[in-house]
Amino acid sequence: MKRLSLNVVLGGAIVGIVVAGAVLGAVWTPYDPLKINFVGRLAPPGAAHWFGTDEFGRDVLSRLMAAAATSMLISLSTVAAAGLLGTAVGLVSGYARGWTDRILMAFNDALLAFPAILLALGLLTVAGANSTGIIVALGLAYTPSVARIVRGTVLSLREREFVEASRVMGNSELYTVLRHILPNCVGPMTVLATSMFGWVLLAESALSFLGLGVPPPAPTWGNMLAASRPFIAQAVWLAIFPGLCISLTLLGINLLGDALRDRLDPRMRGAS
Amino acid sequence: MLHFVFKRVAMAVPTLLIMAVTVFVLIRLIPGDPAALMLGDLATPASLADLRERLGLDQSLPVQFGIWFGNVLRGDFGISITSSQPVLPLVLDRFWISARVVLIAVLLASLFAVPAGMVAAWRQNSSTDLFLVGLATLLYSIPTFWLGLLLLLFLGLQLNWLPVVGYVSFSEDPGAALLYIVMPVMTLFLHEMGVLIRMSRASTLEVLRLDYITHARAKGLSESAVLWRHAFKNAFGPTWTLIGLVLGNLLGGIAVVETVFTIPGLGRLLVDAIFARDYPVIQGCLLFIAFVYVAVNLVVDLLYPVFDPRVTAE
Repeated sequence: MKRLSLNVVLGGAIVGIVVAGAVLGAVWTPYDPLKINFVGRLAPPGAAHWFGTDEFGRDVLSRLMAAAATSMLISLSTVAAAGLLGTAVGLVSGYARGWTDRILMAFNDALLAFPAILLALGLLTVAGANSTGIIVALGLAYTPSVARIVRGTVLSLREREFVEASRVMGNSELYTVLRHILPNCVGPMTVLATSMFGWVLLAESALSFLGLGVPPPAPTWGNMLAASRPFIAQAVWLAIFPGLCISLTLLGINLLGDALRDRLDPRMRGAS
Repeated sequence: MLHFVFKRVAMAVPTLLIMAVTVFVLIRLIPGDPAALMLGDLATPASLADLRERLGLDQSLPVQFGIWFGNVLRGDFGISITSSQPVLPLVLDRFWISARVVLIAVLLASLFAVPAGMVAAWRQNSSTDLFLVGLATLLYSIPTFWLGLLLLLFLGLQLNWLPVVGYVSFSEDPGAALLYIVMPVMTLFLHEMGVLIRMSRASTLEVLRLDYITHARAKGLSESAVLWRHAFKNAFGPTWTLIGLVLGNLLGGIAVVETVFTIPGLGRLLVDAIFARDYPVIQGCLLFIAFVYVAVNLVVDLLYPVFDPRVTAE
């Protein structure tokens, strides 16, 4: 229990600070994150600019806050898109069973066999390298994982008495699925969504780092890191702070994910 | 055993086929004439007509897929728009560069992480366990592209111990080649250590909680006999599967590390092809990496009975 509470406290605190920074970054930043000021370029961290300025004299802290808002928004939208689409596929597959299930799952499992980032790279070719493209590409790339989990849950639920009772009462199949089966998929979905949020955040940062994410000058942690490379010897803070933001956020999400899994599967308490 | 091998190989075939369909459909989803996309700026009316006929673009989509897939099976992945070279040799050249880095990193990470995870599980809740779990969670949370930049900054720029970026092939200068891949390998090694320690620890804990371990201890077997003969051997199976997944995933995601260290590997080839809209190369890279991913996992599955003979019995 000691480790569990440590994970929750530490993970929750980190994620809380990042979310607060992101929400604040969406409405207010100390300076305009896009305003160029060549006079003050590459200024080290100090009283005026806590995290220094970049090669265009833009305030790094303001850009990190704006980037947090962008990353959170993209990650949330992606998880929501994958969640909705994956849930729909999983519900149909698990509830219909038979050939529908076999065909849907054959495609689903083949897509699961692709590394998600590779599938996303392929989809970006079609969807285009921008915010919408990333949400579409990563959303589709992570849909098969959701569909698998939801289908498994639906398969076990559809044989339970309360589902049988709903059918016997004359409720339509659609009503039974939406009223009785779907709400019971929320538990496993929550665990998956927590981990997925971390994967998506990492994948979005990686794609932005490669130049396939949100195009500059809009800041993301990934494109800030990529832009820091030519200046890494003279302005180390440009590489340190965005990387620290990504790593701390992932650490927080991983700790929370571990705690959530411990709670839902007491057998594995302390196993991860 | 033969039945097991046959079943596993047969299971990989539909997966590969659906992957091929996915890659084919992806490129067809791009608006415009596929022949014009494939030829890019090099297109002339004659070359367009020739390629349209070769791809069977006047035929139905399934026939087009059949023609394309037949070409792929013969090793004809098309011609790169940017370099005018056949795609397959290009992909293979770059693949060996990436594979070398990935294989060394995963091998080293497995050698250190698997025993570390087992020790952590054996000493659950001790200070050793807390240290190893903390370290693993930290390493696992640091993205490879930042870890790479940090190593580059400290080992390359501050301490001047290692060359910063670039790549030298082993045939040119083996000594320099080794120096150039130390940092990329170290980046992947540290990150995968985090992943594998967690997995190895979790699967060992599962085994240590089983009744036959309690039984072995109750029989009076020494702790080392219980661990080596009964626990660690059985705990290795799930970790072995994860090593296969890690290998495949790294090949899919190595582009970021190759970007940090300017290595001309397969990941970089794919990303450059996406920027250049070099569709034959994109298609070739996606299909090839997917094929390697399935092949690696197939080999891992086929070797699984070495660690857990119950699998073939099932």
